[in-house]
Amino acid sequence: MPSTILDRLRRRIAVLEGTGRDGSSPVLPLGLAGFEGLTTGALHEISPATLADSHDGAALGFAAALLGGLVRMTRKPALWLAEGAPPHGPALATFGLEPAQLVVALPGRPAAMLWALEEAARSRALAAVLGEVRGMDFTAARRLHLAARDSGVTVLLLNRAAATITPALSRWRVGGMAGADDRWRLELLRLRGRSPDERGVVAQWKVDWDGTARCLGVVAPTGDRPAVPDAARVA
Amino acid sequence: MWLPRLATDRLCRTRPAWRDAPLITATSGTNRRVVAVSRAAQAQGLRPGMPLAEGLAQVPDAVIAPHDPDGDHRLLAVLAERCGLYSPWTATDGASGLWLDVAGCAHLLGGETALLEQLTAKLRGLGLATRAALAATPGAAWAWARFGDSKAPILEEVVDLASLPLAALRLAPRCVADLSGLGLRRIGDLLELPRPQVALRFGREVLWRLDQALGHEAEPLSPIRPVAPHRAHMGFAEPIATAEAIAEALRRLLADLCPHLDRDGLGVREMEFTLFRVDGTVARAAIGTSAPVRAPAHLFRLFRDKLREIRPGFGIEAAHLDATATQPQPADQTDLDGPAGDADLSRLLDALGNRLGPQRLMRLVPRPSHVPERCVQRRPVADPPPGTDWPAGRYPIRLLEHPEPIEAMAPIPDAPPLRFRWQGSVHQVTRADGPERIAAEWWHEDAEERDYYRVEDSQGLRFWLYRRGHYGQPEPPRWYLHGVFP
Repeated sequence: MPSTILDRLRRRIAVLEGTGRDGSSPVLPLGLAGFEGLTTGALHEISPATLADSHDGAALGFAAALLGGLVRMTRKPALWLAEGAPPHGPALATFGLEPAQLVVALPGRPAAMLWALEEAARSRALAAVLGEVRGMDFTAARRLHLAARDSGVTVLLLNRAAATITPALSRWRVGGMAGADDRWRLELLRLRGRSPDERGVVAQWKVDWDGTARCLGVVAPTGDRPAVPDAARVA
Repeated sequence: MWLPRLATDRLCRTRPAWRDAPLITATSGTNRRVVAVSRAAQAQGLRPGMPLAEGLAQVPDAVIAPHDPDGDHRLLAVLAERCGLYSPWTATDGASGLWLDVAGCAHLLGGETALLEQLTAKLRGLGLATRAALAATPGAAWAWARFGDSKAPILEEVVDLASLPLAALRLAPRCVADLSGLGLRRIGDLLELPRPQVALRFGREVLWRLDQALGHEAEPLSPIRPVAPHRAHMGFAEPIATAEAIAEALRRLLADLCPHLDRDGLGVREMEFTLFRVDGTVARAAIGTSAPVRAPAHLFRLFRDKLREIRPGFGIEAAHLDATATQPQPADQTDLDGPAGDADLSRLLDALGNRLGPQRLMRLVPRPSHVPERCVQRRPVADPPPGTDWPAGRYPIRLLEHPEPIEAMAPIPDAPPLRFRWQGSVHQVTRADGPERIAAEWWHEDAEERDYYRVEDSQGLRFWLYRRGHYGQPEPPRWYLHGVFP
């Protein structure tokens, strides 16, 4: 079929450009239908659904869950570069991120944040680094992405600005959903090699975080909920 | 070392035109007095301590500068640092002197005479009149520098002090005047008297200073900087000024120092790189590590950013590298477990800690406290791995450092609010859980209790709110937002 040939071509181009998977970097499965998993050794962007201050709880939770999954998968520590205060310790373990496996740094100025991100992205000692940023210019983000690809460190950018970070392999918008604790709406706004629909969304899921099983469970539509929610383990 | 004209020489350094002028410094106020005089001023009969008006009557064209003891002392401190090139142990002495403990250092610079010559030549090259003396005790060196034979600056035997005037004993001027009134003019005169009589008639101080000069009594002095146990030194034939040359010097000093640390089984926790500029000033760069390190490449990388901030000025003529803090480090472990060993992590953490500052790099450690802001401790990453006994229960993923006041509407006491306004927008509460009453431990001052509620608004945002105070009391309760839940 022509579309599969096109897909294959796109994937090859992505590999040549250094933006796609060449099959060697492992993925972190998230248990989301229609999404293979988060590619490690790449740049990913997470943005809160509401950009106002302190409305980013769900995005922070999702980021902590991803960091936790990556730490368990690679058995290496993670680095959290916080913008203001560090994340609150007692909540992190709930999202599968043991604080003992986490180093927190407060870079302060944006220039220091960028420097720290790049330094971390180049170090093979880390599973992942999370940076809280407000936008990032193309060149800096591209450098980060290339550094991540070479070292295998997954770089997550929690972006609080409206401007997107173009070189990111995937872009997520995360918002809270009413009804239950740790219930989120995950919108995959961009994924290299997949085109978004007319609303600008590649895929979206309503998920509950299961703190004991340490995985995301997809929330079934109301009235059609199965007796046992199909939960897939994260790593 | 004695710098007899420090104040006027310092001014001449800034204005070369004053060099041969009768320059004096004077106190301010109504009763102005001369404090320091230059060589030319002294030749024309001006003396420190004389009233300024009298001095001006003698030398009408004298140049007068304000007396600035702080400026003088700053220069003296810089010089003390600068003398670190000759001895790791230096200190300032009063308003115009420097101490150097050169025990064990002289042979490195070609003997005591050569050391003194280099030292005085250096300071004179900076435009400072200098007299140096070397003796077995600080007191004798002090006396010999000021009153001794400047042609023979090394005092071999302290008894040679006997021919010096009593002022060489660092006694108060009044005491010297009293003694000379009794016919005692030289130190030798004092030595001939029986000791008890001296103590009885002239006070304990005279005997004490005498004993210090002769070495009967120890005189402990404190160096301006602690002496590092491990140091590498390098002098340059030609002053260096480029960043590459400085980096190369550091590389060679590291290559020099690290094998010594290896032999002693030590690793560096703190290190200081000192550069001595030609003009007598000193530049420093310091690093710290999260774990003992003695790999030169690792240490060099930590210095790299700091080197950029070093201004070479007119050139750098010597450099020191000190391991200011060390810790035992077991013999080198070769990286058999691949490139992702602990060494990689400590390299990253050291780089972050040195650039951002050690207090900005941390691990989060539980602390037994019910108070949300006190239950997490920020610990340095160098500490042993933290405990994992975190409190169970639901906690916000982010705690605001300063709780934000909100306007909340609660229908009945002890019920969660129906809606609240924060930063101009209204949040309708659709789900809530609480109250959870948290009071600070009784030994804390602000032991006022707070009632916490977990609330969810209609958009699915979840917050941690608390109320201070109760309804029905004269002061209405206040509401705050303290954290956000995922």
